[in-house]
Amino acid sequence: MVGNRRTYPARGDRRVHITYRPETLREALSLMKESGKEKRVKPFAGGTDLMVRHRGWHGTTSGFPSDILFLDRIDELKCCGFYDKEYHIGAACTLAEVEQDDRAPSILKEAITLMAAPALRNRGTLAGNICNASPAGDTLPPLFILDARITLIRQGGSRTIPIEDFITGPGETVLGDDELLAEIRIPITEYTHLCYRKVGTRKANALSKLSFAALAGIEGGEIRDIRIALGAVAPRIVRDREIEASLQGKAFDEIDLRGTLEAYGKLICPIDDQRSTAAYRKQVALNLIENFITRDIREDIQSKE
Amino acid sequence: MKVRFSLNGKEISVDVDSLRRLLDVIREDLGLTAIKEGCGEGECGACSVLIDGKIVNSCLVPIAQVGGAQVLTPEGLKGTPRGKCIVDGFTEAGSVQCGFCTPGMLMAAEAILTKNPNPTEAEIREGLSGNLCRCTGYDMIVRGIEIAAEKGEGLW
Repeated sequence: MVGNRRTYPARGDRRVHITYRPETLREALSLMKESGKEKRVKPFAGGTDLMVRHRGWHGTTSGFPSDILFLDRIDELKCCGFYDKEYHIGAACTLAEVEQDDRAPSILKEAITLMAAPALRNRGTLAGNICNASPAGDTLPPLFILDARITLIRQGGSRTIPIEDFITGPGETVLGDDELLAEIRIPITEYTHLCYRKVGTRKANALSKLSFAALAGIEGGEIRDIRIALGAVAPRIVRDREIEASLQGKAFDEIDLRGTLEAYGKLICPIDDQRSTAAYRKQVALNLIENFITRDIREDIQSKE
Repeated sequence: MKVRFSLNGKEISVDVDSLRRLLDVIREDLGLTAIKEGCGEGECGACSVLIDGKIVNSCLVPIAQVGGAQVLTPEGLKGTPRGKCIVDGFTEAGSVQCGFCTPGMLMAAEAILTKNPNPTEAEIREGLSGNLCRCTGYDMIVRGIEIAAEKGEGLW
């Protein structure tokens, strides 16, 4: 091949793909309807995962297996703000936009600030992180404890469902073939204690070994509300309302800490991979839960008494 | 697909496959080779450019999404008073060793100073967190940006 410039084919299907970049939601939904069961069209928000997943050899076109629908020009998907006592985040809002919005829930902002780096946060979206449905998605534990709901929209209808029901497994969601994730809705939540921890190898650009989000509302020394979610320690985000209910209404000396940790231990079933080991993930996850209950909350309350 | 956008202040039009990366179009079709492909995954920042004033990894941007946008590369930055000031700061602090990360670092410096003309060291390090350098240990780059902030008062 001396003297010939060899071009390598991109990975995946080699047919030329059509890209759509509509300005209205109506056009986008009509494309999704036509796309239908064959999944001919892939919605593309920030693309920070898709561009890596379908990356071609250097200098060649990215090897996408389908046509692409860019969402970045659709104004209806770019709104962030409060409506009906819920904070709404449009599917095309970037992580940086949410991070810089004073009205956004602080635990979500904290998680976003620890994600990737500024350049990726200027492109990546919350909607993409949700639809990717990775067990290690950093925004998912905060969204789970905030009881976020997801609005899915298709031509002629829409539905709003809890995020827990939206994600069914690693990379799997209930998003219909003709549907788009339009927005995320987060109700106002009152709490007295908040904790977010990301465990990774570096401060920036690290995929999580695991992540932890928790909040609690304490009144008169009793737990009024407590919510705990863990990422990257099971096929889905771990949040258990039964364990949380068993802690509610209790004073601190009434809590069965060992029983609580055992109950969480049964739900935490991590894997060994290139980022960490199952044993490390499980131990750290349990330590973070224990730390939240015994240090973050109890010591804080005792110091105020 | 024909894509029109502004590159370093000049309106241009390219006719390329809509899913080609902005990085490849800038380097191969337009011949501006300051930005580099390091990792191709958005981790190293060697391909950083500003799109509408925001820093992004050009290896993750399909050219179709650039339509109508303003793109700034190191070639465009260095011709401006701000760019000259950053280059002078880097020169004075010895911020360059092998040079592979430098174009991306210049763009990150511009993004940091645009956001905050008087950044703290922590803010500079946060702003550089998506740009990898394997030579300097970062201290000289941080210093270079501090010098640019001091000497370039009023530019940002």
